[in-house]
Amino acid sequence: MGATHLPATEFDGTGVDDQREAEAEALLGGPAEPMVQLLAPDGTLGTDPVFSEYAQRLDAEKLRGFYADMAKIRRFDVEATALQRQGQLALWVPLTGQEAAQIGSGRASQPQDYIFPTYREHGVALTRNVDLAELLRQFRGVSNGGWNPKDTNFHLYTLVLAAQTPHAVGYAMGIQRDQKLAARAAEADGAAGVPAEPKAAVVVYFGDGASSEGDVHESMVFASSYNAPVVFFCQNNHWAISVPSSVQTRIPLSNRAKGYGFPGIRVDGNDVIAVHAVTEWALERAREGKGPVLIEAFTYRVGAHTTADDPTKYRESAEEGLWRAKDPLERLEKYLRTEGLADDAFFDRVRADGDELAAYVRKTTHDLETPDIRTAFANTYVEAHPLVAEELAWFEEYSAGFAEEAGPADAETGDAR
Amino acid sequence: MTTMTIAKAINEGLRATLGGNPRSLLMGEDIGALGGVYRVSDGLLAEFGADRVVDTPLAESGIIGTAIGLSLRGYLPVCEIQFDGFVFPGFNQITTQLAKMHSRSNGNLTVPVVIRIPYGGGIGSIEHHSESPEALFAHTAGLRIITPSNPHDAYWMIQQAVDCQDPVIVFEPKRRYWLKGEVDMESPGASADPFKAHVLREGTDATVVVYGPLVPVALAAANAAAEDGHSVEVIDLRSISPIDFDTVTASVQKTGRLIVAHEAPTFGGIGGEIAARISERAFHSLEAPVIRVGGFHMPYPVAKVEEDYLPDIDRILEALERALSY
Ligand SMILES: Cc1ncc(C[n+]2csc(CCOP(=O)(O)OP(=O)(O)O)c2C)c(N)n1
Repeated sequence: MGATHLPATEFDGTGVDDQREAEAEALLGGPAEPMVQLLAPDGTLGTDPVFSEYAQRLDAEKLRGFYADMAKIRRFDVEATALQRQGQLALWVPLTGQEAAQIGSGRASQPQDYIFPTYREHGVALTRNVDLAELLRQFRGVSNGGWNPKDTNFHLYTLVLAAQTPHAVGYAMGIQRDQKLAARAAEADGAAGVPAEPKAAVVVYFGDGASSEGDVHESMVFASSYNAPVVFFCQNNHWAISVPSSVQTRIPLSNRAKGYGFPGIRVDGNDVIAVHAVTEWALERAREGKGPVLIEAFTYRVGAHTTADDPTKYRESAEEGLWRAKDPLERLEKYLRTEGLADDAFFDRVRADGDELAAYVRKTTHDLETPDIRTAFANTYVEAHPLVAEELAWFEEYSAGFAEEAGPADAETGDAR
Repeated sequence: MTTMTIAKAINEGLRATLGGNPRSLLMGEDIGALGGVYRVSDGLLAEFGADRVVDTPLAESGIIGTAIGLSLRGYLPVCEIQFDGFVFPGFNQITTQLAKMHSRSNGNLTVPVVIRIPYGGGIGSIEHHSESPEALFAHTAGLRIITPSNPHDAYWMIQQAVDCQDPVIVFEPKRRYWLKGEVDMESPGASADPFKAHVLREGTDATVVVYGPLVPVALAAANAAAEDGHSVEVIDLRSISPIDFDTVTASVQKTGRLIVAHEAPTFGGIGGEIAARISERAFHSLEAPVIRVGGFHMPYPVAKVEEDYLPDIDRILEALERALSY
């Protein structure tokens, strides 16, 4: 048969959401766009008229890499949760359930692409080679960022929902201008044959809750108006803390893209192969100058919103159970085993690597240095600022007073705290 | 030296910026073919093209947010907000994102975005077209705020704002857009540092600190006071963040009296900050409490009564009288 498309409803065949589906259909004047799925929960690989071609580019090593990444980041998530429970982190934002959405999309980007995450994209960070211990700085309260985005083209986490979406579009508009400036410079040099920088695009992540924020809307208007090379990647994990996605939207989110004038695709967010395929498609398209795409990765936040949250207050455990049956790791494992692409030794190695990562993160978290508040004075402005200088001078004098009081031993070490 | 209006001076400043730096660009509503509602960007679209003078969708958060993204990519965006009262849809991007990007990246990222905001009253306009929200931004660390009061400053300050590595908000006194004055387009002269206050008129009995639209008002008040035998020093603050307290302190040490006037509501305004700092820095020089002259604690009133709201010559003279009576 042709495409293995799922209907746009949440729980196909369970009857859970039939009414919502009917409502959405009525609002849309027809059925919603079908959901792209290649790897079914039972581990069988289906086909799709557009995206199978992208899936075929994946060799065994890449597929094993997807699995290894997903397993690693899940292990990391468990470790970070434990660290929070032990008081080593102020808060943790778990990603379990969303590994395929993040690894699949992250692995589809190229080094020259720039990524704007929200605050749960630990898996994407892994694919961009961000040191995961650095990622914990923010959650340990030793930094409001923690890594240098210029090293990996992976921007800082953003806690104000949706605020990063216009940044992504602006960055993409910058890429457009860079290409024009480079073309003009090449022309001036008479060096038209010299290969230009690889074409780049931007991916911006946000949630189903954030999709209600005005910034998402404004970003999509800008992206469309200027045909900016940006991929909007919405992880619809069904809950914005305690508020279900049905309160954010009455139609599938991917359908909104049409209203802005660019394609929207709903993809099974627990299917790493499909997510990778649609993201690769969208990024290639964006790099070629064909404009933005909205991808809605239909997935589920299996655990709590953060370690401060209690999902038993607002949702049924049966719902979690339904989604656990769609687990992204299990289905890829089934496929790899059935196709003979990976054996026990591979899965043992992946587990060992995960434990190693966890041990590394545990150790480095303890060692994360507490900054001196003087760095905050130094980084408030780029250029010298008299108010900052005045307040810093006051602080130094005030601190020095304590050092004198504390006696010569402390004063010698210069420890004023 | 060339004589021109403030609006024209900013236009020329923008032209120099666009011409001098291929990575600079203007963004805003109606700034292209129309040249902005105040025509400040008149003719620039034709000269530099639509990639450099960008007519944006009608979305303030989108304008500032995309400007942040462009600056992260190495561009120098100058955003125009159409009117003071319409900056608030973009307030979130300015205060939570623009102001903090450098510090939260531990100094790794810079976002040298410039935001131009025509501000202040006195043009007989309708709601949201006459506000002075500078204190709301001055309270946010990471932003710089300047406001020209004459064409020479206007020409240079916009270029200095673009050159500055920090985000800068330029509050433009809209009722003075048509004020004419001489501009030295060759050299900024005393205007080389946009964050330094200027003593516009020397005096010995009291200091009046003002900025932007009230500068001519304070100068006129000082002239009137001179007729009554009072010698008033007038300082144009020019920069609201940072504030050049050294210049103000030195003046108060000489005159012993300080009046701060601005159009924004007195309560929680910049005047209070100056009063507090000066009473710390120059307490023993003060012969009278610092007196603030400003707007009332009310939404900017309807145009027919704005004259009762706006500080004028008489309100400054009344404050001077009170200061001298101690
Ligand atoms: C502007 C803003 N309002 C409120 C919050 C508090 N808040 C943090 S996460 C969250 C829910 C976000 O849900 P969603 O966008 O679906 O992302 P998810 O956390 O589910 O990945 C809320 C309300 C915030 N961070 N920013």
